Amino acid sequence: MAKEFQKGKMVPVPSHSIVPERDVDQMPVLECSHLGIDFGGLTAVNELNLTIGRTEIAGLIGPNGAGKTTVFNLLTKVYQPTRGTILLNGKDTHGMSTTQVNRAGIARTFQNIRLFTNLTVEDNVRIGLHNQVRYPMWDGVFRLPQFWKQEKVAHEKAMELLSIFHMEDLAQHQAGSLPYGAQRRLEIVRALATNPRLLLLDEPAAGMNPSETHDLMENIIKIRDTFHIAIMLIEHDMNLVMGICEGICVLNFGEVIAKGTSEEIQRNPKVIEAYLGSGKKGG
Amino acid sequence: MNIMNLLFNLINGISLGSVYAIIALGYTMVYGIAKMLNFAHGDVIMVGAYICFFTMSRLSSLFEPGSLAAMAVPSLAGVVLAMIVCTVLGVVIERLAYKPLRQAPSLAVLITAIGVSYFLQNSALLLWGSEPRIFTSVVGSGSIQLFDGQLTITYTSIVTMLTCVVIMVVLTLFTSGTKMGKAMRACSEDKGAAMLMGIDVNRTISMTFAIGSALAAIAGALLCSTYPTLMPTTGSLPGIRAFTAAVFGGIGSIPGAMLGGILLGLIETFTKSYITTNLYDAVVFGVLIVVLLVKPTGLLGKQIREKV
Repeated sequence: MAKEFQKGKMVPVPSHSIVPERDVDQMPVLECSHLGIDFGGLTAVNELNLTIGRTEIAGLIGPNGAGKTTVFNLLTKVYQPTRGTILLNGKDTHGMSTTQVNRAGIARTFQNIRLFTNLTVEDNVRIGLHNQVRYPMWDGVFRLPQFWKQEKVAHEKAMELLSIFHMEDLAQHQAGSLPYGAQRRLEIVRALATNPRLLLLDEPAAGMNPSETHDLMENIIKIRDTFHIAIMLIEHDMNLVMGICEGICVLNFGEVIAKGTSEEIQRNPKVIEAYLGSGKKGG
Repeated sequence: MNIMNLLFNLINGISLGSVYAIIALGYTMVYGIAKMLNFAHGDVIMVGAYICFFTMSRLSSLFEPGSLAAMAVPSLAGVVLAMIVCTVLGVVIERLAYKPLRQAPSLAVLITAIGVSYFLQNSALLLWGSEPRIFTSVVGSGSIQLFDGQLTITYTSIVTMLTCVVIMVVLTLFTSGTKMGKAMRACSEDKGAAMLMGIDVNRTISMTFAIGSALAAIAGALLCSTYPTLMPTTGSLPGIRAFTAAVFGGIGSIPGAMLGGILLGLIETFTKSYITTNLYDAVVFGVLIVVLLVKPTGLLGKQIREKV
């Protein structure tokens, strides 16, 4: 794993891997090497080398326009990478579609919420569960016994997932009618319903007040501990990132400028420069 | 205007409207999920009607005339075969003509759909010739008399209305209860998010075309049972009217297509019998214009929010 880090040219290699101790002996959930994408002549992401441990909470930070969401789009194959490889549970995802990557174990939320607003809260979660339930179509149309059995299982599972955020009471509400914070939480529940190995959260705390953010931090840790999955998040709220992320990767102009633990990142001069500008320019 | 006449027109209007509604469902489902207007839909109806016609005329000679088997088997086989052929046709059209244009501007897809429409019409012209065929009703030519023969209802209209109700119920159960149905609703809202939830969007779109085209086959058989002249251009005008019905009811909405179809059938029938037989299309489209001026999303359409 440490070898992976050294491949990146721009990366100041930390003295140790940022994968937490407990995950070191296991196969990482995600390994990217030399990942990059060009849009026409513009290189949006370049030479991204990243390893995420089985149960790691990782952070991806950087100034606006650094290419953070593009990285998520590459991992979920919304964009096909121009260069490099992505190994998910050791398996190359080359040529996979978004749907296939989801079934292989990556789920995500969105920076701008993209719930199925006309469906109920429960149905949103159930759509996430769909990749796990199977019954012939006619069972659903004619409401045969198998259908009711599956319905009951799906209902219970959906309720169990909603209970993480204490949202059981909202199950029959229309998703679009929920308050903003609840919609963000529902997106996380929906993503969890697809049974991922790696959960990508794109600015989960955006628009939340400090107390909501605090709850969210606790819940992210709770999700990791309950489901034993890895979580990678993009976030601008540094209290959240520094508070819960075990490994942090900093992007600027599509390149990784630093990688390490929260203390290492906070002390890194390149990171400070990227966020605050260099002192020489008088900024 | 006597009451029996009114009832007669009401039943005919609902019956005709049921056919429009079944066709409109195909337009509205495809629009809801693939966000495209499949103008070739009307010609799929025509293909369905031809398949049904040929199967019926081939099979009817095998049975003893007048027996129950002679009445039921050819029509049933005709409709089922037409459904199978149209389902395959719909899926193939989507794969070959529309799927490569998934990322293209909607205008390109629209033009392609018109192209497919002409392709189907001209293929039918080449294969089956231009002379009109006389379609025998799939439900037989009988009718029931009510109120001492003052009111005549043909079996065709009864079967048409019943079929429409059955389709509506099955489709509602399908979209609300099944995995595929919910996947369709998810895709119609946000294809990108649906993909990331593990829904196979391409398969869902294929399925939509399959269902729409199977419904088109049923509509073709019922349409030609009411208006028995079958030509390569038979599908195009009812197709356009059904498209109007879908817009009228609110395109993308399944109950909207049903309501729009039936209202359109009623307006058409009543205009023909009480106002003028020549101007019914003008009246139908006039009503459409008025509805769209007052409620641009159609009767049951929802406000569409543009996603950034």
